[in-house]
Amino acid sequence: MEIDPFIFRLSIFILSIFVGYYVVWSVTPSLHTPLMSVTNAISSVIIVGAIIAALAGSSDNMFEKSNIFGFLAIILAAVNIFGGFLVTQRMLQMYKKKKK
Amino acid sequence: MSANLSALFYLISGILFILALRGLSSPETSRQGNYFGIAGMVIAIIVTFLSVGNFGSGFVYVLLFLLIGGAVGAFIAFKIPMTAMPELVAGFHSLVGLAAVFVAISAFLKPEAFNLGVLGNIKLASLIEMSLGAAIGAITFSGSIIAFLKLRGIMSGAPITFKGQHFINLLLGLIILFLIYYLCRTQLSNVFWTLVIISFLVGVLLIIPIGGADMPVVISMLNSYSGWAAAGIGFTLENTALIITGALVGSSGAILSYIMCKGMNRSFFNVILGGWGATDQTINSKTKEQKPVKSGNADDAAFLMKNASSVIIVPGYGMAVAQAQHALREMVDSLKKNGVKVSYAIHPVAGRMPGHMNVLLAEANVPYDEVFELDEINNDFANCDVAYVIGANDVTNPVAKTDPQSPIFGMPVLDVEKSKSVLFVKRSLSPGYAGIDNDLFYRDNTLMLFADAKKMTEEIVKNL
Repeated sequence: MEIDPFIFRLSIFILSIFVGYYVVWSVTPSLHTPLMSVTNAISSVIIVGAIIAALAGSSDNMFEKSNIFGFLAIILAAVNIFGGFLVTQRMLQMYKKKKK
Repeated sequence: MSANLSALFYLISGILFILALRGLSSPETSRQGNYFGIAGMVIAIIVTFLSVGNFGSGFVYVLLFLLIGGAVGAFIAFKIPMTAMPELVAGFHSLVGLAAVFVAISAFLKPEAFNLGVLGNIKLASLIEMSLGAAIGAITFSGSIIAFLKLRGIMSGAPITFKGQHFINLLLGLIILFLIYYLCRTQLSNVFWTLVIISFLVGVLLIIPIGGADMPVVISMLNSYSGWAAAGIGFTLENTALIITGALVGSSGAILSYIMCKGMNRSFFNVILGGWGATDQTINSKTKEQKPVKSGNADDAAFLMKNASSVIIVPGYGMAVAQAQHALREMVDSLKKNGVKVSYAIHPVAGRMPGHMNVLLAEANVPYDEVFELDEINNDFANCDVAYVIGANDVTNPVAKTDPQSPIFGMPVLDVEKSKSVLFVKRSLSPGYAGIDNDLFYRDNTLMLFADAKKMTEEIVKNL
């Protein structure tokens, strides 16, 4: 019997939870705020779905309801991607070691 | 681009996201980590364009909207003051949540674009995945909006509780599950819309009973939810990058919530069910007898610290409110010139989000190797001459170690009282968030400095 591709995705998902578990425990507590802002930024990879949604269908009828939701999602995710990575960058620049 | 090739690229971007988090294990590697994250995102977006392969006028619009959103995001990122970081993160969570809802709606309206079947006959698994994604996304959205309003001070930080609250939440949760089941049976779009609306409502109801100082848990929890929502959508779209990211973000938020709960010695459910301190009003008024308090001024404080050999600074949310971090750094600089050894002690739940104090101190150019976590520094209080408590309260209360009746009993606290003298900057003797009196105020070795955190620190600098 063939294995349903869903099982493969589920495996990836569960293994990623474990990877996340170990990686996040190794994050130093002083960087917990940048951790939140960067996880925020990467979760905006949902823009992938937004792009597919926005470009679905024929090009002569581009603003069907489903496309519009796609475009809206693109704007939201883009705010998050740029905002999230840039604010993380800004914060990380501030962490400096003692001048010797 | 073939589906197999794009799947491989999505895997690469997922790995880059793992490396982005991995980088945060030390400040040195963190900046590089952030670039890995950006690279992963760029790869994911380009691969999506190539695999959709539609470069008509729609593509131009997509780029346009991407740039509009990006410009707004960049503007916010550069303008936001560091003290506003908790509400910024809450606001960003709400956007991820809403984006997940929109993508789910779009997939429901036009399933053929995502290879999920046709409207009215969507594959069962996809339907479950997208409705879960939409429901969690909607809860993340409205919950984060409430958290944002509370953190911003637009809405009072006080817990809003009413009778039967938990029952209503439970009922709505069951209704959501039933609607998902019913949706799978009927494929009716009205059921889908109802599901989304009820989930919005649940998000609001879930966050309103949680008080201001519990926000570190709430933000971490919403962080986690936004990850699970993304994972739900990832399953719908059969996209590895989204599934990996969703799992990473979901577990990251869950771990942070756990760390925050442990920092308060409370269970997750205790925080979620809300209203800490609201029940202890009676005990509170009884202990309000007059007890002797020693108070001093900036001159006394400056004298004490100048003649100390070591000083530990204990910052809390009050420092953020008063924006006192820069004044504090100036004070520490002059102390160091006088040969005083200074370090900073951070409690895990100090501030309104995980790591809040560390960012503010970093902003004020405090080197991160002078800043220590509770476990690292707690034994040093016994050998320290002066502890300077600025804007922290409950996290220094010795009652947590001695009085089993106290609501904060068992919470890990900083052993501030063990230092030779304690300087406690506070505007009044009012209790902290937990609603209990701080025993530290009445200790013989405590000198209260009644003033605004920033003004007092500035005055001490003048007197040094």
